[in-house]
Amino acid sequence: MADTAQPAAVALNDATVAFRVAGDRVYTAVERASLNVAHGEFVAIVGPTGCGKSTLLNVAAGLLKPAAGSVKIFGQPLTGLNRDAGYLFQADALFPWKTAIDNVAIGLEIKGAPREHALQRAQGWLTSVGLGAFANRYPHMLSGGQRKRVGLAQVLIRDPKILLMDEPFGPLDAQTRQIMGNLLLELWNADRKAVLFVTHDLEEAIALADRVVIMSAGPSARIIGDWQVTLPRPRDISEVRMEKQFHELHREIWSVLKDEVMKGYVQSTQAAEVG
Amino acid sequence: MSRLTLLSLQLLVAVVALAMWHVLTTVPVFGRILLPPFFFSNPVDVGSQVVKWFTTGVIWKHLFITLWESVLAFVIGSVGGVLVGFWFARKPLVAAVFDPYVKMINALPRVVLAPIFALWLGLGIWSKVALGVTLVFFIVFFNVYQGVKEVSNTVLDNGRMLGMNERQLTRHVYWPSALSWMFSSLHTAVGFAVVGAVVGEYLGSAAGLGYLIQQAEGVFDVAAVFAGMFVLSAFVILIDMVVTLVERRLLVWRPTAAEGRG
Repeated sequence: MADTAQPAAVALNDATVAFRVAGDRVYTAVERASLNVAHGEFVAIVGPTGCGKSTLLNVAAGLLKPAAGSVKIFGQPLTGLNRDAGYLFQADALFPWKTAIDNVAIGLEIKGAPREHALQRAQGWLTSVGLGAFANRYPHMLSGGQRKRVGLAQVLIRDPKILLMDEPFGPLDAQTRQIMGNLLLELWNADRKAVLFVTHDLEEAIALADRVVIMSAGPSARIIGDWQVTLPRPRDISEVRMEKQFHELHREIWSVLKDEVMKGYVQSTQAAEVG
Repeated sequence: MSRLTLLSLQLLVAVVALAMWHVLTTVPVFGRILLPPFFFSNPVDVGSQVVKWFTTGVIWKHLFITLWESVLAFVIGSVGGVLVGFWFARKPLVAAVFDPYVKMINALPRVVLAPIFALWLGLGIWSKVALGVTLVFFIVFFNVYQGVKEVSNTVLDNGRMLGMNERQLTRHVYWPSALSWMFSSLHTAVGFAVVGAVVGEYLGSAAGLGYLIQQAEGVFDVAAVFAGMFVLSAFVILIDMVVTLVERRLLVWRPTAAEGRG
């Protein structure tokens, strides 16, 4: 699937991210992380809570600048925001004062598309995510899952070459997550964008991705593992979990991840005691 | 509780209060009237005064003047508050420089400004408008400032990632957020506009509800003072109902408290 002739869609090279906390102290969130996402590849990053997965994603988005190392997008060094990327946030990011259809259409309108055209395309995208009948609802009138669908349409209508997703289905219940996962795979299958998908759920990662990358517990989180997922596509999220290959891979990755999860847990409890 | 029960209970309160007022000011208890009519008048006199004002049409001119002053104060104060609030919120340096002065002026009881405004702007409507503006401006200013400051970072980042430039962020993110905060303070702002107008009239004018009340007090016509107060309250309630209608229309996108966020 990965096309090696082209430069990687996202290439992080020894990226280190540090934050200044409380005066002169520096907190290193991510240390020397190197990661390539090829054109058309679906990569999932999994790690314990607070390990800096989202930080890495924000670096790829251009929302954060790495303290050291480089970020290249399709071979070009990234300066400012990543204009090739669409970002699906974990928290609610829809504009609450816009209806669902206006929320989706805005991505085209700010590029200067005529409103009529933008609305027409937005209606099409709402239908693709199964919300054709909810165009005139405001975000607060939609359920959590429906808001995520609008968010997906909002990002995809701009046809970004890269999709960055930060635990997008985190706040949803288990069934809705599976449905959203299948919807994502279905939409992704249509044109195979490069995807960088952050999650803490290993099963979700294996079921969705071509490659699963594991991060260590923070601070100074590193990338400590990289697995190819060769399960055949198209996949169905709930069925792929029954397969033998899925279980073997899960066991293998979990043996590495488990230690990090425990480390992360211990660190978070110690931090709570100190603080 | 059904609407009807609620309404009848609300009416009951009014009836009981009026009845007590009437009894205490007209019927002697143990040979003594507890509330002397000279100081407390009575509902019948007050009612007939109100009726007289409306049948002779005297009141319309005063109502219109007060309404007009309130509207002007509201519009000018809101426009000023929105513009300055927006400017301060987007330019932290400006806000930091002016901060002590804003606090100083806001801490000043606005009533003391009324004579100065009368001196500068005369006894016509503009001195009252100016007083109302100083009240409305700060309400709107603080709300708009807060509204721009409290835009969620995720929503801002989302706007940026969708490709918005600063101008588009202002139009699609900061502006709607600021306006929603302003609208949520609409009741208070409109109320203050009326307060400014009436207090201004009371302190020196030739027309308006405040003038009417002040004139009646001058000749110890307690019935007319109470009548003026009733007309004023009814006037404010009517305006408040209009504001509620406007608010419902403008803030459709906001969840009501009962709905919460699903």
